[in-house]
Amino acid sequence: MPKEDTGQFRRERIDRGIYARSSDIFALSSWREMNYLLLPRILPVVILLAMPLALELAGNEYWAKVMVILAIMGIMAMSWDLLRMAGMFSLGQGLFFGLGSYVAASLNHYLEWPIILTIPIGTIAGAILGTVLLLGTLKLRGIYFAMVTLAFPLLLVRAIQATNFMGGTEGVKAAAFPDYWTIAYLAIAALLVCFFGLRRLMNSDWGLVARAIGQDDIAVTASGIDVTWRKIQVLFIASGIAAFAGTLMTHFLMYAGLSNFSLEYSILPVASVVIGGSGNFAGALLGSSLLTLATEALRALGALRIAIYSLLMVFFALMVREGIFPYLERRYHQFERKVKVD
Amino acid sequence: MLGVLLFGLTNSMGLALAALGFSFVFGISGIANFAYGAFYLLGGFITYILLNSAGFPHWVSAVISMVTIFFLGTLMYKVAIQRIRGAMLSEVIVTMGLGVTIIEILRWSGYVRHNQYLPSFVPGSITIGGLGIEYQRLIIVGIGAILFLLLWLLTRYTKIGLALRAMSQDELTALSLGINNDRIAMLAMGIGSLLAVVAALAIIPLGLLNIEGAYEILIFALAVGVLGGLGSTTGIIVGAFVLGYTQSIASTVLGPKWMMVVTFLAIVLVLLIKPSGIFGKQKELEERV
Repeated sequence: MPKEDTGQFRRERIDRGIYARSSDIFALSSWREMNYLLLPRILPVVILLAMPLALELAGNEYWAKVMVILAIMGIMAMSWDLLRMAGMFSLGQGLFFGLGSYVAASLNHYLEWPIILTIPIGTIAGAILGTVLLLGTLKLRGIYFAMVTLAFPLLLVRAIQATNFMGGTEGVKAAAFPDYWTIAYLAIAALLVCFFGLRRLMNSDWGLVARAIGQDDIAVTASGIDVTWRKIQVLFIASGIAAFAGTLMTHFLMYAGLSNFSLEYSILPVASVVIGGSGNFAGALLGSSLLTLATEALRALGALRIAIYSLLMVFFALMVREGIFPYLERRYHQFERKVKVD
Repeated sequence: MLGVLLFGLTNSMGLALAALGFSFVFGISGIANFAYGAFYLLGGFITYILLNSAGFPHWVSAVISMVTIFFLGTLMYKVAIQRIRGAMLSEVIVTMGLGVTIIEILRWSGYVRHNQYLPSFVPGSITIGGLGIEYQRLIIVGIGAILFLLLWLLTRYTKIGLALRAMSQDELTALSLGINNDRIAMLAMGIGSLLAVVAALAIIPLGLLNIEGAYEILIFALAVGVLGGLGSTTGIIVGAFVLGYTQSIASTVLGPKWMMVVTFLAIVLVLLIKPSGIFGKQKELEERV
């Protein structure tokens, strides 16, 4: 413990005034207030947009590619967070991801459709397939959704392996994006659209109902709202977003294979949200960025990375309940000063 | 025809064994133990090490690994799950995370290779009606029958068993009658983990000891649970027989490669028609919105 704490001084943390924290008209009173509110919102966006350019100009192709993966994983984490808000704990985000990537790759490879068609069709097909496959579980509460979403991707991998459907273990080849800029800025633009769009959506009346379902679905039923139908809508949007991430990844890696259904894509979004903090999508983005960068830095450990994600996830779920982002947010809105101990 | 009947029977009992431990824990404490596959693999692996590196007899290594995993299960409950009991998302994250960690560390360590197998309890096979059946398959049926009988006796005629049933029916009332719910849930977790090792000792000798087996057992446990209705023993038996015979018929008629496809389709169909499973009637009232 630092000396001044035990001596005559102690630290005191005070919340900033509500005017300072509100993004309302009060913020316009001074540049300081406006910067206080705008910097944490604008800075990440600027960094995200600038990184591919900077890395490509610096000639660092490897890390430039990591940026694309980071954006795709951020989209995945947000789709998981969306499902969680409506009370659906998915342990198989890889299912939607894999469905989207397989549809896009097979359209591209077998029918030779261009990328501009395969991405939207893959997204919608992934959303429809994902929703239909999980339709039954939506009537049930609790653990069923987690169990079934865990089982489906694992089962599908084994079924594809055994029957040699869609190229079996070989996978399906897919065309690449014309150049790096297209994929990088498409992924980052999609990330930003998803982020701001979903935040807006969840603050609308529709999002209010969706979040209420996650907290108390009986109360929502009692209010005369069809819970199952609302859950179908949420699931459709979330699986569409994850399938879109899958189509991007397919055309980025020029390949759709069994690894797209793998546990990595199912665990990573969960770990991201648990580590970053859930509820406002920013935590999901923070968590997934940290995890993706950590993975690249720990490349040497290779196969251990899933174990590392899981262990971190368990640690955060047990010890740091709220996650990193809510902690940072809370600290940002406080200031510290030293007070004399009487 | 006889082949389908016999293999269907042994297959079904294997599935019932695979699902028993998972369903037992879920039925009593409401915790979905996603570390089940890891305990299965770890139990098989410990037995293998004790047999081949330490040179213990088969039954000694089996008992040691069962006891080890029993304590590992209770330890997991005591250290991790007890702190977050009741928060469903955290329970799922913790059991799943720990399970995946154990499995992936075993994969990374390279100790589990592709040429390892566990010996059968009784080697050799018997010919019934012109069909060769390994003794191990018959032993699976025997173990399954004995286990279900034992669990039935345990939950009906012992004090602990009554406490277990009380917990599964209404935890709060059980608590108010002086049953220590944490101790009982810990015990249930221990027994469930031990049952995973029993499944490993019975099923692994038919194939190989490999990493994918851990995920496969979890899939089958989930599939049987979803089909039959979670938490009810009748549901487990019925679910296992439905799935077991469907798989056997599919693999004789269409070929063995369709087994997983059929399992997948079976889950999708049952979920669409009767979401809570064939015998999930009681749960349907509780679990439905």
